[in-house]
Amino acid sequence: MQTKIKGNEKNVNINLVKKIYIKYTLTLVALAIAYGLLMFLVNQGIIDNYILRIMKQVGIFVIAALGLNLILGFTGQFTMGHAAFMSIGAYGSAIMTKNFNMPFPIALIVGVILSAILAAVIGYPILRLKGDYLAICTLGFGEIVKVLIQNVDYVGGARGISSIPTKTSFLIVFFGVALCYAILKNLIHSSKGRAIMSVREDEIAAEAMGINSTKYKMIAFIIGSSMAGLAGGLYAHFNTFIDPASFNFAKSIELITYVVLGGMGSLSGTVLGTSILIYLPEALRGLSSVFKDYRMLIYAFLLVLMMIFRPQGILGTREISVANIIKLIKGIKKLSFKDILKRKKAGE
Amino acid sequence: MSLLSVENLTITFGGLTAVSDVNMQIGDHQLIGLIGPNGAGKTTLFNMLTGVYKPTSGKIEVNGERIDGIKPYDITSKRISRTFQNIRLFQELTVLENVMVSFDFQAKASLFESIIHTPAQILEEEKMKQEALDILKIFSLDDKADELAKNLPYGKQRRLEIARALAAKPKLLLLDEPAAGMNPQETIELTDLIRWIKDEFKISILLIEHDMKLVMNVCEYIYVLSFGQIIAKGLPKEIQKNPQVIEAYLGKGAAK
Repeated sequence: MQTKIKGNEKNVNINLVKKIYIKYTLTLVALAIAYGLLMFLVNQGIIDNYILRIMKQVGIFVIAALGLNLILGFTGQFTMGHAAFMSIGAYGSAIMTKNFNMPFPIALIVGVILSAILAAVIGYPILRLKGDYLAICTLGFGEIVKVLIQNVDYVGGARGISSIPTKTSFLIVFFGVALCYAILKNLIHSSKGRAIMSVREDEIAAEAMGINSTKYKMIAFIIGSSMAGLAGGLYAHFNTFIDPASFNFAKSIELITYVVLGGMGSLSGTVLGTSILIYLPEALRGLSSVFKDYRMLIYAFLLVLMMIFRPQGILGTREISVANIIKLIKGIKKLSFKDILKRKKAGE
Repeated sequence: MSLLSVENLTITFGGLTAVSDVNMQIGDHQLIGLIGPNGAGKTTLFNMLTGVYKPTSGKIEVNGERIDGIKPYDITSKRISRTFQNIRLFQELTVLENVMVSFDFQAKASLFESIIHTPAQILEEEKMKQEALDILKIFSLDDKADELAKNLPYGKQRRLEIARALAAKPKLLLLDEPAAGMNPQETIELTDLIRWIKDEFKISILLIEHDMKLVMNVCEYIYVLSFGQIIAKGLPKEIQKNPQVIEAYLGKGAAK
């Protein structure tokens, strides 16, 4: 009897693992189909090069913003120097491809590793700070990186690096976004992810429950900054020109805007927020002359409205996922059915 | 050898000695009360036991191992866990997640395994989830498992905090005013629950509480703290008659 129960339990467990892995495979297939569809549209000329370029740009900044969301939204650490890690990744990989003729993927990895190392070195002392103190500290760090790069002649100083080979294809951006999204999603839905979020919620309580808050802040900071490094590397080989000013304080703020608008603590929100905020100025350009002239003003105004009426961001901490969509549809069905019943009663 | 032994524990903040020369022994499977007027240093003592404050001098030992001065999260792994006077739940996490956070330091999966979700990690997660649900069931919170902690009513939040502390599998559970803000009916339920936890999980409980009815009811032994010093210790009956205790609570002359 005992062994039978145990056998059953084992079966249940194997089924569970199977179910999850089937889900992963389906996700991969769906991604491949989505990519195929996009490429089809590009080949048919429905998506032109202009749009494709915007999509690449969106993808690159989605990667950086996802990393920032891990630090800002999930761990609750207010960092204002995220663009600095982008610059490390960008410079690191650009020098690798340009000066050392390294293959692009390896150059990207070098950029990521450099960002990660820097994040570890910087994070260890400053992640003990909280709130505004941390924000100002990271702000200062960002400026230090900028000024350092400006004054090192080897990396071009204030002139920056130009004619970096164009290597960032849509495929690699697409893959990068999917990879980063998957890493974060899996991390958040694990024991470590809950630990990270508990640090955001209440550090003292988290420590009392056995969570080493400094360790988890470090993990989040390093992973998030590595993603910024990856985005930087992709950006360098997309724009073919980088200078210290491309990764200044304003860029960090821009990234924060993407995350806050999409919803802190929502991965799909970050994707949505970044897409909207990058595409919007472009879309406004095409509308009419009024919009064209005042597009940046309208853009800013929309941001203000958004923060007044929906301060938690578009999605808050919710996610767009297949399961949630099904839930939503079921909810609507239920509701409408009840409504119909009510109306019938009222009619009688 | 006792489970927890505290020797000459003292902490000063600037010129103020908040707790001075406290000695305390807690054995296995005991229910000890810690009472005292407001500002006596009860919570400060708790904070030293859980590593939030570093004692100025003195010794804290758990099963003969010194724990004073080590970090709060290391103390949890030495099987001491606590609740807070002002509820400190993870508000934006679900009830289930709140409890599951306490399993993290006991989890085997590495960071890498957590990111790629290996079969072993998936099974571990599932096991944690079941265990957490079991604990929630004890506190009849299992039907609220998917609700956000902040949406629970006050009494349930208190219970969830105890559930979360128990999930860390403590040998010694520190409860900081668990009955604060509860109505008499809830307090009676809590009294039973505390007693039941102690027997079911075979743990010791150290309880700070102002509700004397509850303290006298459940505690086997009581320490009284006043102005940072232990002024009395003994069985509930002895404490009730102790003139020093009455003086500390009601002022001079009240004991006559």
